[in-house]
Amino acid sequence: MPTLLALDASTQACSAALMVHREGRDEVISRFSLAPREHTRRLMPMVEELLAEAGIGVSSLDAVAYGRGPGSFTGLRIAAGTAQGLAFGADRPLLGVSTLEALALRANRHHHVRHVLAALDARMGEIYVAAYRCHDDGLERLLDEAVLPPERLTLPSNAQDVDWVGVGSGWTLWDAMPVLLQDAMSQTFEDMHPAAEEMAWLAARQFAAGEAREAHLIQPIYLRDQVAWQKNA
Amino acid sequence: MRVLGIETSCDETGVAVYDTQAGLLADTLYSQVDMHAAYGGVVPELASRDHTRKLLPLIQTTLDDAGLGRNDLDGIAYTAGPGLVGALMVGAATAHGMAHALGIPVLGVHHMEGHLLAPMLEETAPAFPFVALLVSGGHTQLVEVKGLGHYRLLGESVDDAAGEAFDKTAKMLGLSYPGGPAVARLAEQGDTARFRFPRPMTDRPGLDFSFSGLKTHTLTTANALREAGELDDTGRADIARAFEDAVVDTLVIKCRRALEQTGLTRLVVAGGVSANVRLRERLDTEIARRGGQTFYPRGRFCTDNGAMIAYVGAQRLAAGERDTGTMHAVPRWPLADLAPPDAS
Repeated sequence: MPTLLALDASTQACSAALMVHREGRDEVISRFSLAPREHTRRLMPMVEELLAEAGIGVSSLDAVAYGRGPGSFTGLRIAAGTAQGLAFGADRPLLGVSTLEALALRANRHHHVRHVLAALDARMGEIYVAAYRCHDDGLERLLDEAVLPPERLTLPSNAQDVDWVGVGSGWTLWDAMPVLLQDAMSQTFEDMHPAAEEMAWLAARQFAAGEAREAHLIQPIYLRDQVAWQKNA
Repeated sequence: MRVLGIETSCDETGVAVYDTQAGLLADTLYSQVDMHAAYGGVVPELASRDHTRKLLPLIQTTLDDAGLGRNDLDGIAYTAGPGLVGALMVGAATAHGMAHALGIPVLGVHHMEGHLLAPMLEETAPAFPFVALLVSGGHTQLVEVKGLGHYRLLGESVDDAAGEAFDKTAKMLGLSYPGGPAVARLAEQGDTARFRFPRPMTDRPGLDFSFSGLKTHTLTTANALREAGELDDTGRADIARAFEDAVVDTLVIKCRRALEQTGLTRLVVAGGVSANVRLRERLDTEIARRGGQTFYPRGRFCTDNGAMIAYVGAQRLAAGERDTGTMHAVPRWPLADLAPPDAS
């Protein structure tokens, strides 16, 4: 596995993780803090702490990764800027990891769940959502990432007769979700946030698959692209 | 010391390298103005997204232009404010990440201090102390400058900035965004004698400005002409001329007064409106007549740019000032809060 640094600022959580190799095995060390509006203060010190703990400098990294969205626009750009700056400065490639996939993996690792609907509150009465089936060797996406009103959330057509688990802040909009969907959910973990720890593992796979690119090519994925309205002249 | 400067406070992505020995080594700018024109003004979210797309390629281009590698840099400066917070974050985060990777110091600097000191990039740079008129779409301020970080606010606009008044006048006259240069062009065809607009706050002592009443006067005049069926090309040009004359006169009167009040002889004019030709002509004549000197940045450094940020950053970084782990993005930040370089 590569040596890589992952950052995330996509939600109210701020996190960083470092994948290193110690005593012949891959290991991820990480920092995580729930720190609304404090990402600009927390992120760089986390990076510095992790590198110091591992006793390495950025020149030892094979790549840098960040939570590329969906999520808070400003948060995505803080992580993108920091990760791009680190990667560009160190002359290393960059990887973008889906925040929803990282969230699903986190639910899988903490609660051993298999079918996960990962959803983040997108504000303006919408959620960012994707569905995953977790296998021992990776995640399979069953519903593409989308931004939609919770009223329109449906289960993937090819996996309706299984127990689904909901994870992420999007589930605070439970009351607006269709009753059929509510019935299919065995549990929800609305307090769980995406974290750099899982992004490091996912990024390592992407790195092995040859997905690392020059830093400026790895842009945030906002999903919501209608953000301005042209005035009538 | 070679410093990379990054400017992302509004709708221009600017990057430059300034060397404290060799001067400005490279300077590049990407303007989003065409993108925002369709919306009649800057859309903050679109501006921020575009900075994220453009910044790294622009840094690479700037380094290439300077014939430098990233390891040749000794420090990075970025605009920490004032400005659009989301846009500022892009520069702040990128600067911090890159500086950490390169093991060099990083510092967030004040955008208006950049404008204030932009004339220092010219061959005939002003010596301290001087009076500076900062005049742009967001600011109209008179500042006494005794040295780096020694700024005293002498007066400022109590409402609209002068550049804002230009933009709003352009809108009333059906000119395209951004309006300042368009109003100035139209004014060239205007008759100075047809209308005389008020020179706000010049009939009383003090160095504050107000442009909102002038804006209303312009609107009233335009509406009266429209009703009379006279808001044709001539009418619009005459209004533009009367408006521009009033703004220029007001600025000239206050600049003269500021020099008298401080006993200084050098006047620096910076910010977007400082590119206005008639303002420069009038100030040059007026200040020279009093035995003073005027200084302006070159045209491309009147508006937002990375060079002024690299310059200010280089002065402060060389004096030992630097950020610790926190990235700074400060949407509101009074210039008078600045202090000389802090090496602690």
